[in-house]
Parts: sequence; C-alpha cells; structure tokens
Amino acid sequence: MSLETAVSVKELYKIFGDFHAVDGISFDVARGRIFGFLGPNGAGKSTTIKMLCGLLTPTSGSGTIGGLDIMKDSEKIKRKIGYMSQKFSLYDDLSVIENIRFFGSLYGLSGKTLEERAEEALKLAELTDRRDTITSILPGGIKQRLALGCAILHKPDFLFLDEPTSGVDPISRRNFWNIIHDFARIGITVFVTTHYMEEAEYCDYLVLIYKGKIVIQGTPLELKKSKVEENIFKIDSNSPAELYNIIDKTPAFSEVNLFGDSIHIVTSLDHAGARNEIDNICKNKNIQILSFEKFTPTLEDIFVLAIAGADRKASAVKGVYGV
Amino acid sequence: MNKKRIFAIAHKEFIHIIRDKKSLFASIFIPIMLLVLFGWALNLDVDRIETVICDFDHSQKSRELVSRISSSRFFNVVSYPASMHEAEEHIMYGRAFIMISIPSGFERALAKGQSPVIGVSIDGSDANRATIGLGYLNNMISMFSTELLSDKMIAIGVKKVSQPVELRQTIWFNPELESKNYIVPGLIAVIMAVIAAMITSLTIAREWENGTMEQLISTPVRGHELILGKMLPYIVIGYIDVFISVTMGILFFKVPFLGSYIDLFIMGSIFLVGAISLGLLISIAGKTQLVANQLALLLSFLPAFLLSGFTFAIDNMPLPLQLLSKVFPATYFVKILKSMFLKGIGFKILYYDFIMLAFYCLALFLLANKKFKKRLE
Repeated sequence: MSLETAVSVKELYKIFGDFHAVDGISFDVARGRIFGFLGPNGAGKSTTIKMLCGLLTPTSGSGTIGGLDIMKDSEKIKRKIGYMSQKFSLYDDLSVIENIRFFGSLYGLSGKTLEERAEEALKLAELTDRRDTITSILPGGIKQRLALGCAILHKPDFLFLDEPTSGVDPISRRNFWNIIHDFARIGITVFVTTHYMEEAEYCDYLVLIYKGKIVIQGTPLELKKSKVEENIFKIDSNSPAELYNIIDKTPAFSEVNLFGDSIHIVTSLDHAGARNEIDNICKNKNIQILSFEKFTPTLEDIFVLAIAGADRKASAVKGVYGV
Repeated sequence: MNKKRIFAIAHKEFIHIIRDKKSLFASIFIPIMLLVLFGWALNLDVDRIETVICDFDHSQKSRELVSRISSSRFFNVVSYPASMHEAEEHIMYGRAFIMISIPSGFERALAKGQSPVIGVSIDGSDANRATIGLGYLNNMISMFSTELLSDKMIAIGVKKVSQPVELRQTIWFNPELESKNYIVPGLIAVIMAVIAAMITSLTIAREWENGTMEQLISTPVRGHELILGKMLPYIVIGYIDVFISVTMGILFFKVPFLGSYIDLFIMGSIFLVGAISLGLLISIAGKTQLVANQLALLLSFLPAFLLSGFTFAIDNMPLPLQLLSKVFPATYFVKILKSMFLKGIGFKILYYDFIMLAFYCLALFLLANKKFKKRLE
C-alpha cells in the first residue's frame, strides 16, 4: 500500500546570522497522518512549521505541501492550511463568536456556510453557551480549543499545530488529542509539534529534531524496536546515590542516569556482562544490588538517549578539530 | 482584492475601537481640546502694547500727543513715570514694552518751527512685536506731524491743504486682519494630520506585539486588504473629527467659511487617506507600539506645525526646508483649508495643491502597502 505524500521537505535550512535554526532537514508526511515533530525548546520545531506555513522564508532547500511549492506558492498554501501558533493569537477583546466569524470571513466563508461552520467550531470548543463571552476571560485550555476551532473553519487539508497543548491541564490535553485524531480520521494531515514526550505516543509518525537537525525518525513502534542499539538496565539498590557516584565514570556504560530510587545504565554489554561489571565494581563496597533487569525503554527514554548521543557525537567532532 | 475580507478586517478593527473607550474618547476629545487651546493661545494680533510715557514738557501739545497714544487700542499706557530712570525700570521688570519720552521744551520748539525729538525705546527681545509696535507709533507721530503742518499752513493763509499722496487700502479675505481667521483653518489641518497619524500608528504594531499578526498572516488575507480594512474605521473617525473642528471653527471661533462643503469633503477625504496611510506606514515600520507612537508624533506634528506654512511662511524658509515641506500632505491641506475658508476658492484655482495632495497621499498609501510583508522576519 503506497500512501499519498502530503508534505515533503528536502534539505530545508533556516539560518539567522550564523545561527542554524533549521540545519538541513528532510522528511515526508503521508496524507491523513498525525505527524509529530518533537524536540526540546529551541530545537527548530517552530521555525520549521513557520516555513511550511509561509510565515518564514527558508534560507534554502525545497518542499511541497499538497503539491504546492513552499518557496513559490506560499499564498496558495495558506488557503489550504489551518495554523495554530504556539502563543494564543486570537483577539482577546473580541467575543468568541466574533473571533470565529472574523477568521471565517478571512478564509472566504460567508452567509449560511459561515454560520454552520461557526456552530461546528463552537461545539468543538464547547463554547456554544458562551458564544458572546469576551475571549480574554476564558481559561487556557478553552482558548486553545477556540484557536483550533478557528483554524479548521475552512476545512483545511493540512493542520499545523505549534505546541497546541503547552500550558494546558492533562485532561484538556487528552481531549485535545482526541479531537486531533478525529481530524486525521477524516483525512486531514496533522502536523503537530510538542515538547511533551508522552504525547509522542499519540502520533502516527515521529521526527525528533535537536539543534536544527533530525536525530531519529519513524513510527512509535519502529523507534521503540529498532532505534536503540544498546541495552538499558534498571538497577535497584540499597544506596542508589552512592552507587551512582561509583559507576558513573565506568567506560563500559555509555550513559548512567538516576531515575528516582533506580539507576538506568545504557551499555552495549548484554545482561550477564553488565551484571558482572556491576558486581565487580561493587565488590568490597557496602552496596547491595536488590534487582537488576533489562528495561524496555519508553519513547521518552529513547529521545533522551538519542539527544545524548547527538551531543556526544558533536563533542567528539569538536575534539578532533580542536574547536 | 476581496471586499468581504476588507469588510471583515474593518469590522474587527471597528470593534477594537468601540471596546477601547479611552482611545475612542481621546480620538474625539483631543482634537476639540487642541483646537480650543491653540485657537485661543495662538493669537498673533499685536495690540494693547504696555507703554510708559514720560512727559517732561507738561504742555498742551505734549498732553494732546499723550492722549492720542493712550486712547489708541494699540497702546496700553501702564504708567507715567516722573523720571527716565523710573521708566527704564518698567522696561527692565517687563511691566512695559515701549517707553516714550517727550522732552521739556517740546511745545516751545514746535512754536519756533524747530523739529523736537521724541525718544522711543522698545524691548527688542520680541522682535516681531517690536517691529509692529514701532510701525504703529511711527504712523501716529507722522499723522500728528502732518496735522501740525496743515494747522501752520492754514495759519499763514493757505486755504485748503491736502496730502500730496494718499493711500487707499483694501484688505481682501480678512478685512479685520484677525489672526484667528487664518490660524483656525490651518490649525484644523495640523490637528487632523496629528490625530490621524497618532490613532493609526498603533494598529499594526499592536498586532505584531500581541502575536495576533502571526495568526492573521497565516490566512489568505492579502496585505492591501488588511491595510484598506484597517483604514476604513479610522477614516470614519477622521470625518467625525473634521466635522467637529470645522463646525467649531465656524460657530465657536466665528471664522467665515466661504468655500464649498463638497470640495471640503472631497479634499478632506483625500487628506485623511494620506494622513492615515502615514500612520499605518509608521505602524508597519515601527513594529512596536512605543516606537510607532513616538515616530508618529515626530513625523506628523513637527512637519505639520513647523513646515506646512501654518506657523512660518514657506517662502521664507531655506531652500532645502522648502523642498522638504512639499513632501508632507499637511502642507497642501493647510493651504487648501485656509483658501477655502477665507477666499472661498475651490478646485479651479487650487488644482495644483489638490493634485499634489492626491499624489502624496497615494504615494504614502502605496508605500504602506509595499512595506507590509506577510512574513515574520
């Protein structure tokens, strides 16, 4: 089964002065999929989304959205997309329905169509009873849903959501993702950025971006299965802090992290080899290993590891070139 | 160009204005306040000049001259000091502007056929007032002399004495030479230039600052639709302001309006488009509300007040400033309004200023459109 490509990006760059905000990224998004763009703050997520929506001009590279060129057809693209920016950007001094009608009119809706779509948007935002409320007094989660309602008034083929759930409570966040899934079901391609790693599970395809570069990409399942070349072990002991201090600098472990009362180690050694290494180190020390088990990583673990890996590579390069 | 989108923007902007009561009040009330303040304070008429007279002669002729000066509306005699020293003090302390001294032996010298000298000292620190005051006094003294001369000639038997050359003066457009008659129409132009630029200077900068512009430029709205939509409600406010200030000028300041109201409406509309375009251009270029506001004040008030010919005649300016004055729409509107009020002339005579006004207004509008980018950088 071949999927229709909705968004395709090749070697996209955005350079501000000597800062490479987006440093040559390429990816494809299939139609009707939820495409998750993940990464820490400042990784280049928003910059990428703004280039796709025609709000920023790429420094170089190419890309298409629904067959339209992002370099040349950005105004045509704007008719087919809905965009929700990171910061709430509807008009605070307008009422709910005034905001909806305003953005509906900008997308060329009028008369009965506009009223019908406005009702749908109100329902989506659960604001049918508060249509005349001034937007500024709405709580954050409701505001986000109103913004989403305004972004889909014209039934766009593509929806770009830039951190739609930042600052929103967990229940509202869950609701929000349900709505996003509904959109994908009716064929809308959803492009969403987030820095909440647990939200990655809701996406069909993930790209992890860090310092302007793609670190890893794939479906959540693919990432969990194959993207980790090393093993992760979880160690419980009677004295985790002391143990951490002792094994932190062990060359055989590429990563040692303290997670609450447990320690996670990342190593290319297998279960027996790793256990042996730990036992050797702890010999003659007053530390008891209570449990030692292989650990199935969550997506969050994978992302943290991938970013740590990228940093290690960068510092290795620095070492070689003496920068 | 999509009319629906323009009206959607205009409607939204109109709601912003209506909901922001303070700004709405300011945009209606400030023009009235400025007009009252400047209309009254900016009085360039020179009369009731504070004067001290030292009459050292105490004769019939000297008293006659003193009474002529003191009964004139141009001079207000505040004191009759007994000594020059005392008179000088009046000038030093600013209580008097002119001091006149009639020497002792004034009448006797006249009778002998000599020419006695009257001393006049004037405070030159206000050069304009001093020049005009000296002019009045010169006139008065020469009239006094002429009369003395004709009295003398009649006394020696010449029957009819008339002045060899007589001046018959006709003052057009402002027969009373009242300064308010030319200040108020110019003032309306200046106030409109300032208000239009000030109220619009925030509108685009505010959208950038609040982040709403990001949402706006992600929609298919075109730059010129946004600019036109934003202009419409401010043009309505501009009309209200023009209406209020013209009405006040006619009813409150009693400035005659001799021109055609239709001409006023058309030229006023064009001027408003230009002044509002300037405000929008500043708002686009300024990016933040603070910068835009400061720029708007600087770029509207200064040229309108100083370069438009409102306070200083353009012909007397150095050439570079004369050329600079020509790029500000207020320059043309000041002239147009003065002419319409006092001369009652319209397009037929003012076509050059009208074309230039239209040209610069269009240029500002196009520049605002060109400068606006649907991009974040």
